[in-house]
Amino acid sequence: MGRYVARRLLQMIPVFIGSTFIIFMMMYALPGDPIRALWGERAPDHAQMAAMREELGLNDHILKQYWDYLLGLLQGDFGTQIRSRREVTEVIGDALPATLRLTVMAFSIIVVVGIGLGLVAGLRAGRKTDTAILFVTLLLISLPVFVIGYLYQTYPGQQWGWITPVVQDSENWGDLLLPALALASLSLAYVARLTRSSIVENRRADYMRTAKAKGLTRTRAVRVHLLRNSLIPVVTFLGVNLGELMTGAIVTEGIFNIHGIGRLVYSALNEREGATVVGVVSFVIVVYLVVALIVDLLYAVLDPRIRYA
Amino acid sequence: MRGARSAKWVAGAIAVALAASACGGDDGDDGEDGASEGSGEGIVRIDGGEPQNALIPTNTNEQFGALVIQNVFSKLVDFADDGSTFTVAAESVEANEDNSLWTITLKDGWTFHDGTPVTAESYVNAWNWAANIQNEQNNAFWFADIVGYEDVHPEEEGAEPTAETMSGLAVVDDLTFTIELTTPVSYYDYKLGYDAFTPLPESFYDDPEAFGESPVGNGPYEFVSWEHEETIELARYEDYQGDNAAQNGGIQIQAYDSLETAYTDLQSGNLDIIRQVAPRDLPLYRQDLGEDRSVAQPYNGIQTITPVWYEWDATDNPAQVLQGVSMAIDRETITQTVLNGSRFPADSYLPPGVYGYQENADGTITDFNPEEAQRLVEEGGGVPDDRLVIQYNADADHQEWVEAVCNSVIEVLDIECVGDPLVDFATDLEAREAGEVQSMYRGGWFADYPLNVNFLKELYASYAHSNYGQFDSPEVDALFAEGDAAADLDATVAAYQEAEQLLFEQMPSIPLWFNAVNGGWGPNVDNVVFNSAGQPILTDVTVSE
Amino acid sequence: MPDALEKEAVPTAGGPATVAVVEAGPAPGRARSLWSDAWRDLRRKPTFVIPAFVIALLLVMAAFPGWFTSVSPREADLANNFLREPELTHFFSPEWLGYNQQGQSIYARMIYGTRASIVIGISVTALVLVFGSLVGMLAGYFGGWIDGLLSRVIDIFLGIPFLLGAMVVLVSFDTRTEWTVILALAFLGWTTIARVMRGSVISIKQSDYVVAARSLGAGTWRILLRHVLPNAAAPVIVVAMIALGGYITAEAVLSFLGIGLTEPAISWGGDINRAGGQIRTASFLLLYPSLLLGITILSFLMLGDAVRDALDPKLR
Repeated sequence: MGRYVARRLLQMIPVFIGSTFIIFMMMYALPGDPIRALWGERAPDHAQMAAMREELGLNDHILKQYWDYLLGLLQGDFGTQIRSRREVTEVIGDALPATLRLTVMAFSIIVVVGIGLGLVAGLRAGRKTDTAILFVTLLLISLPVFVIGYLYQTYPGQQWGWITPVVQDSENWGDLLLPALALASLSLAYVARLTRSSIVENRRADYMRTAKAKGLTRTRAVRVHLLRNSLIPVVTFLGVNLGELMTGAIVTEGIFNIHGIGRLVYSALNEREGATVVGVVSFVIVVYLVVALIVDLLYAVLDPRIRYA
Repeated sequence: MRGARSAKWVAGAIAVALAASACGGDDGDDGEDGASEGSGEGIVRIDGGEPQNALIPTNTNEQFGALVIQNVFSKLVDFADDGSTFTVAAESVEANEDNSLWTITLKDGWTFHDGTPVTAESYVNAWNWAANIQNEQNNAFWFADIVGYEDVHPEEEGAEPTAETMSGLAVVDDLTFTIELTTPVSYYDYKLGYDAFTPLPESFYDDPEAFGESPVGNGPYEFVSWEHEETIELARYEDYQGDNAAQNGGIQIQAYDSLETAYTDLQSGNLDIIRQVAPRDLPLYRQDLGEDRSVAQPYNGIQTITPVWYEWDATDNPAQVLQGVSMAIDRETITQTVLNGSRFPADSYLPPGVYGYQENADGTITDFNPEEAQRLVEEGGGVPDDRLVIQYNADADHQEWVEAVCNSVIEVLDIECVGDPLVDFATDLEAREAGEVQSMYRGGWFADYPLNVNFLKELYASYAHSNYGQFDSPEVDALFAEGDAAADLDATVAAYQEAEQLLFEQMPSIPLWFNAVNGGWGPNVDNVVFNSAGQPILTDVTVSE
Repeated sequence: MPDALEKEAVPTAGGPATVAVVEAGPAPGRARSLWSDAWRDLRRKPTFVIPAFVIALLLVMAAFPGWFTSVSPREADLANNFLREPELTHFFSPEWLGYNQQGQSIYARMIYGTRASIVIGISVTALVLVFGSLVGMLAGYFGGWIDGLLSRVIDIFLGIPFLLGAMVVLVSFDTRTEWTVILALAFLGWTTIARVMRGSVISIKQSDYVVAARSLGAGTWRILLRHVLPNAAAPVIVVAMIALGGYITAEAVLSFLGIGLTEPAISWGGDINRAGGQIRTASFLLLYPSLLLGITILSFLMLGDAVRDALDPKLR
């Protein structure tokens, strides 16, 4: 097990380098010069532009820039913002807690409600409950997140006054409920559907028959065998989804005014703050990689046929 | 998101920088005005965003930073609603005979928020520091009129400064200093109304970076805290000596990503003042908030569509055709429908709050008149290729009105007309600079200082950098030169007014509309007045407890 | 994990779950009748027939918008038609669903906007399905260094957040046509399919019918196409069908953020985005295109579901 984890960690290195490199190159290819933009409509000060480029290392070859960036990362240096001259680590550090809270909350909703609904629907496949759940999930999937966001904000928020429509304080879990629900909606529906289809498939599997034949109670059979086996595709999806959630927050954070990673990266993209964009992406990639490892380890827990040495 | 987008420095934002936060003491209509007596303790909560640069006056050139700078610092002079100037931190600002040497006398007894006195040196040192190329200040060019600027800020790439100070700045005594200009400027006091011309305390030079996170100024509010991307708090400076002392306990600037969100917060009582409501709320905000708690008035910005002459020279009489195109645009309908009253139809090359504004400067050229439009376009030789392309930056809300303008032109002139969105403002500018505009581009200008010179010379002089249309008229240039050489402000303004009349005959651009401020405030606050730069005068706001 | 799995996973000696002898999967010769069975099944199901009909209608709308409305979606009359309320009884007339902020017929724009959504949704799904399945199947079946390599490539692309990556790609284009959006979405979207495919191939290739087929000497491609693919296809189809709706949504979301299709393209996403500005005064601007967008996504989902149920051999 330990050796396996170590090997996986080693394998992460090229993946990390590959994906940051792609993003780095894409940012580099963007039109619009952030230094020139500092002057807006006025005559740019060429001497000063040159000095700033030099200082920020923008005159180097792109590969050299990327290399320097990687070296910096090793020392925990994510670079500096062009406009504010703030350290990118500091900027990300400021934005991160809000997004983490939002993501954790949304993720919990997805896991609990999504798997719950999927399980119920799967076990009652073909009955009214199943149809109802199916309908709800379809509805959630067919509405784009910003429509859902606006709906939540308008009705429970503004019209009925149940809850604050805009996040005042991102440390207040109550404030985060609406945006977390909006953020969770889509994935929740996906998870419910995946769980359902997986359960329906596995319900007829032989091990279930065996379990019944062995005289296990229905509850135990479902919990120990059915759920465990059915969760494999769901866990895969959840693993992939976590990183998505963090950036999917771009829309949600915008609608509900949360100062997190999503909106940071959106404005950085518009302002061509390359270091910030690449920094955020690198972070999300690391999260993603670690989660992927955990997912694979979970396979072994869920499926006794899989073992890692 | 919208907020984030418009938060961009979009050149225009500089405009906002002019916000005369310090217009206070507005002609003493209120008796309780005065430094000694701050009445309310309440905090005013206003919408804002994350400043994009370190909070140094010579470095801030976008609206969110400006909102802080303008309240933490007091400028030498400021502008009234008709565009005239009045002094704030200066006792007097006087020019010599030929306007080449300006003498500034400061008011006595002023202190920075750290308690140290504000002296002539505080100004001179600050400006020398900011002008120095090594300090990379965004607003360094504001000092370019001063003798010796070349020495601290050489034009050549990679050149090192040859001096530490500009020889044109001289300290006379503790409260007096002089500014020598390379060429006479009869309206230099207008330029001094820009945020960059403010003093810095001694402590600044120890650690400019730390200062940028926690500025110490000479204004009516002192800086308290900055929680990045969340809030910035300012508190009333109790020892403030100016006439525009704060009538409230302080300001809390709340960062919003979208104007919609800020409006929602205003309605639920979590915000006191919103400086601009979102397009979504424009149709209803005056109803929502009440006429007496909302405002819709023009401010010092104008939007134009500007032809590039390298394409338009192809036609016989471009000016006449452009006059026709101008008459084909139904400004009245578009401002009221698509723009929801967020703009006012333009009848001049400069907005009404600018000194030198002439009502109906255009004659009838900005009136919607389909028959006349068709006649002028036909007689003038037609639009090149019968095709108008309006280039604009897609990172701000321009798409709707560009489309509406095109639809109006198509309807009247029966030619092709399309928008050409470029990704962002930087790309838009690059295309303009490279001379790659297909036919017209969206032009926008906000006052650096509210004087007609600023709206005309910077855009239409043949040598002006921002003259991307490459308009070149010797007559207009001559009138500008005459105005610049004039002995006093009035003569300058008059020459430029004459030039403006000429512009309507030559049509270097088509004025569309003036920007408007659509702001509002909640029941918690009173005395909310917006100035001609479109900003609320925060010092005057009172908070009911 | 892959190489470890290959060597160390024990196919049959697991827990109680695999002790029982497995009922044989569909015999090779029955593959054809599996599809015809499915078709016979589907024809009678309303959950298939209704969405199929809607989709057929959408396809016709996308191909021949002129059949459905007489006015041009670009024709604007600002002075008379600015935000004109819908006339809900004037079916299929230009004023039926009202006019937008440019004084253009919303109904006409919805009809003409169909093409963008449909083309984007179907093209991205097709690209992703072909490429993703191929990569996932190869990785899952062969394991070893092939899986190692492909998995790293999948990981690299999967590591790039979808929406954000699409934004970075799209933001660099001034004019974004359907194809720009399709390629950007497919470029980043294929990995989900690949991963799901890989996962299900890994579990399927250990099932007894595959082991049996292999021991009977069936060739690799034959096993892949005859045994692995049909059995691994179910989850992939579910994911792809859900994803199709997702891609249509993605276009709408990108448009909402201002980086979707650009003028003069007409798309529901773009119109919904612009309707946001009038949400308080003229919610019909948002309502009708959203409704049609929702119905479209819903139809593809339901269709996918029905097909999946019919195809899944384990459910028979």
